[in-house]
Amino acid sequence: MSQGSRTTRGALAAMGVLAAVSLALTGCSPSGTPAPSGSAAADGGKLVIGVTSDPDTLFPWKATQFQAVHVLENVYGTLTEFDKDLNVVPGLAESWEVSDDGLTVTFKLRSGVTFEDGSSFGSEDVKSSFDKIMDEATAAVSAASLASVTKVEAPDEHTVVLTLSAPDAALPANLAVLGTAILSSDDTEQALNTEPNGTGPFSFKDRVASQSLTLVKNENYWGDGPKLDSIEFRVIPDESSIVAAMQSGNVQFAVFDDPLVAKTAAGGNITVSNTPQLSYHALQLNARKGALTDVNVRLAIQCAIDRQQVLDTAALGEGEVTGPITSPAFKSDPSARPCPDRDLDKAKEYLAKAGKSDGVTVHAIVSQGEYATSVNEAQNVKSQLAEAGINLDIEVLESGAYVDRWIAADFEAAIALNGGRPDPDGMYGRYFTSTGNLNKVAGYSSPELDKLFAEGKATSDPAARKAIYDKVSLELENNAAWIWMFTSYTYTATTSSVQGFTPMANGSLQYLRTTTVK
Amino acid sequence: MTFRTIAHNAVVRRIAGALVTLLGVAVFVFIMLRAIPGNQITAGLGTEAAALTPAQQAALERYYGLDQPLFIQFFSWLGNIFTGNLGFSSRAQESVLNLTAHSLPVTFELAVLSIVLALVIGIPLGMLSASRPDSPRDAFGQFVGLAGLSIPAFLLATTLLSVLASSIGFNPNGQGHASLFENPALNLQQMLLPALVLGFGIAAPIMRTTRTAVLEVRSDDFIRTARAKGVPPRRLQARHVLRNALVPIVTMTGLQFGYLLGGAVVVEQIFSIPGIGRQVLLGLQQKEYALVQSTVLVIALSFVIVNLLTDLLYRVIDPRVRAS
Repeated sequence: MSQGSRTTRGALAAMGVLAAVSLALTGCSPSGTPAPSGSAAADGGKLVIGVTSDPDTLFPWKATQFQAVHVLENVYGTLTEFDKDLNVVPGLAESWEVSDDGLTVTFKLRSGVTFEDGSSFGSEDVKSSFDKIMDEATAAVSAASLASVTKVEAPDEHTVVLTLSAPDAALPANLAVLGTAILSSDDTEQALNTEPNGTGPFSFKDRVASQSLTLVKNENYWGDGPKLDSIEFRVIPDESSIVAAMQSGNVQFAVFDDPLVAKTAAGGNITVSNTPQLSYHALQLNARKGALTDVNVRLAIQCAIDRQQVLDTAALGEGEVTGPITSPAFKSDPSARPCPDRDLDKAKEYLAKAGKSDGVTVHAIVSQGEYATSVNEAQNVKSQLAEAGINLDIEVLESGAYVDRWIAADFEAAIALNGGRPDPDGMYGRYFTSTGNLNKVAGYSSPELDKLFAEGKATSDPAARKAIYDKVSLELENNAAWIWMFTSYTYTATTSSVQGFTPMANGSLQYLRTTTVK
Repeated sequence: MTFRTIAHNAVVRRIAGALVTLLGVAVFVFIMLRAIPGNQITAGLGTEAAALTPAQQAALERYYGLDQPLFIQFFSWLGNIFTGNLGFSSRAQESVLNLTAHSLPVTFELAVLSIVLALVIGIPLGMLSASRPDSPRDAFGQFVGLAGLSIPAFLLATTLLSVLASSIGFNPNGQGHASLFENPALNLQQMLLPALVLGFGIAAPIMRTTRTAVLEVRSDDFIRTARAKGVPPRRLQARHVLRNALVPIVTMTGLQFGYLLGGAVVVEQIFSIPGIGRQVLLGLQQKEYALVQSTVLVIALSFVIVNLLTDLLYRVIDPRVRAS
C-alpha cells in the first residue's frame, strides 16, 4: 500500500524536476525576445531571410535551383538587368547599340566597377565569360541563350562587340539572367564554388552548409544601395517552422509558394503580399505520341477543361487563368483560344471528327512532392475530361522519376509547372521551334511557328514584336499544342520592420538592395 | 593463444559479424541508390537537364564521376573509406568526413538527451503502473504510454513549436543552430523541444517494458523473502525489483538509442537541427551518392557499436551473463 504511494510520489517528483529544468532553461536567457536587428546608427541593419534549403551550388553558370539563383543574383552582375516590370535596363553595360543589319551588338561598359576581390571589371571579363559559357565543356545552363553569338570581341577596355549569326531581339533579355553573369577572367569554377567573387550589391561573407549563408553590403557597388549591412539566409527546412520563426521575431523575411502556409503566416506582425508569377501550370501534350497526334483529340481536351475549376479545386483559387505567354509586356489573352469557356458539345464534336466518339485514353505523368498542387490538378483534369469521354490515365511519379521521363519526352501528357521568362522567345523558342533544344519534350512544331519565332527575333520594335507573339500564342492554342491552365502566386512575408522590398514576377530578390530593416 | 581460441572468443566473433554486416550495408546502399531514378545532374538541374547538349552532358558526368563503370565507382569509394576519405559533397563544398564530424555529435547529443528524458518519464511511469496492475494509476500509466506511441512526432513537434512561438515568442530553434561548446545555453534550449518530442515517443516502449519486467520480478520468491525479512519498501523497489528488471529495460533503451543515432529526420527538419538524418536526406535529394553511402555506413557503424556496448552492459548489471 504505502509502497505504491511512494512510487507515485517518486514519479511526480521526477516530473517536477523535469518541469523545473525546462522552465529554468526557458527562463535563463532572453530567447523569447526577438534578436536585435542591426544597430540604431546603421542605415539598413541586418535582415534574416528564412529559406527551406541552402544553395546547391555557388557557381552562377550552373545554378538553376531557386535558392541558389536568388542568393547569387545579389552577388553577381550581368550586362543587362530587369526592372520591376521586367523591362530590360542597363546593368554592367551602360548602353548598347544594334547595327542596322542586326548582326552586330556593341556594348558600352560601365567604368569604375570592381569585383569583390578588388580587381577591376572590364571587357576582357565579358569576353572570357561569354566564351566560357558558350564552351560546351563548361556545361553552363545558359549556353543556348548565346546560340546566336558567333564571336565576342573586346576592342577596348570598355567596349564589347558581339557578332551574331542572325538578328536576335531576345539577346538583351538573355543577358540579364544569372546564367550569363560576368565573372572575373581570373576566376575558376573551383575557386568560385567556395569564394563567390562578383560585382553585385552584396558580397559573400560566409556559409555553414545547410545552416546559413551570409552576404554583406558591397561598399563599392556601382549602383544605388545597398542599404542593408548584411543578409543572412537562414535554413529552416520546414515552411511552418519558418512561420514560427517569423512569429517569434527571429526571421524577418520569407517567400512561400504554398497558399496554405501563406495564410497561416499572415496576421499580427507579419504582412503577406502575393505576386503573380511567370511560371505556369499546364497539361503538356506530346503531339507525337498516341492518340494525341490527331489535332482534333487535342482540341477536344482543350474544350473539355474549365481552367478556373482546376485553379479553384487544386490551388484554392489562388492564381489566374492564363494563355501561353505570361510575361507582362507580351501577355497572351486567355480568352483568345478555341474554347475560352468549357464546351463539352464542342469537345464531343472534335472527338467525332477524330473518329473517337467511343472515347479515347491518354496517359499522363504527374510528379508528387515537387510542388503542392500537382496531383490535385491531375485529378480535377481527369474528372473533367471523363465527362467528355476522354479517359486520362494518371501515373503519379516521385519527382526524380518524373524528371527522368520528362527529359526523355517519354510521356503522352504531363501535368507540369514550367518556369517562364520575361522574353517570349527565351520562354518558348526553345520548346516550339523545330531546332529548339526542348522541342523533343514540347512534342510539337510547325513551319508556321518556326517562321513566327524567326520573325520575332528579327524584329526589334516592341509593338511589332508583341503582334508577332500574339500570333505565336494563337498558333499554339489553335493547334492545342499544350493546354495552358493557370499561373499562381508567390507570397512574400515580411515583418513590420522590413521596408522597401519589391517582389518580382520572375521571383527575383534583386530589390533586397533597396530594402531596410528598422 | 591459438587461432582457434581467438576465433571462439565471443567479442572477436561479434566484431567479425559486425564487419560483414557493414559490408552488406555498403553493397545494399550502393545498389539501391543507383536503382532509384535520376542522378546528380538531373537532381541539380531538374527539367533544365533536358536542354543539355551531349557534350555538356558528358562534361557533367565527368565532373560528378558518373562516367566511371559502377564496379570502379564502388571500389574506389570503398578503398577511399579505408584511407579516411568518405567522399566530397559538391553541394556543401565540404568533405563528407567534415560534414559528419559536425552532424554526428549533434545527433548524438539529441539522442542522449532524448533517451534521458525517455528514461526519466518511462521508468517511473512503468513502476507506477506495475505498482498496482489494473488500477486507475495503471490505466493512467498505460494511457500516457499509448499517447506516446500514437501521437505522431511531426504533429507534436509542429504544435509545440507553433504554439510556443506565437503565444510567448519562445523559439530558440529560429535563431540558427548554436554549438554545444560555443553557446551551451542556447544549444540546450534548442535541444529541449526536440528531445522532449523524441523522448515522449520513446518513453512509451520503455514504460511498457518496465511495467512488464517489474511485474514479473515482483512475483519472484526472493522479493517475498526480502519483504518478509523486513527490507524497507523503497529499498526493495530500487535494490531488488528494479535492479533485477533492468536487463529488458537496457535492451529496449539500447535499441531505441541505436535508432536515434540514425537521425530523427522529421524532428530534425521541423526544429532545424543539423543532424545526421538531415545530412542523409539532403544527400538523397541531391543524389550525392558518396555522401549518402558514407553517412549510412557511419550510421550503421554507430548502431553496431551501441549494440556491442549494450551487450557489455548486460555483463555489468547481470552477474549471470558474466558467469556464462
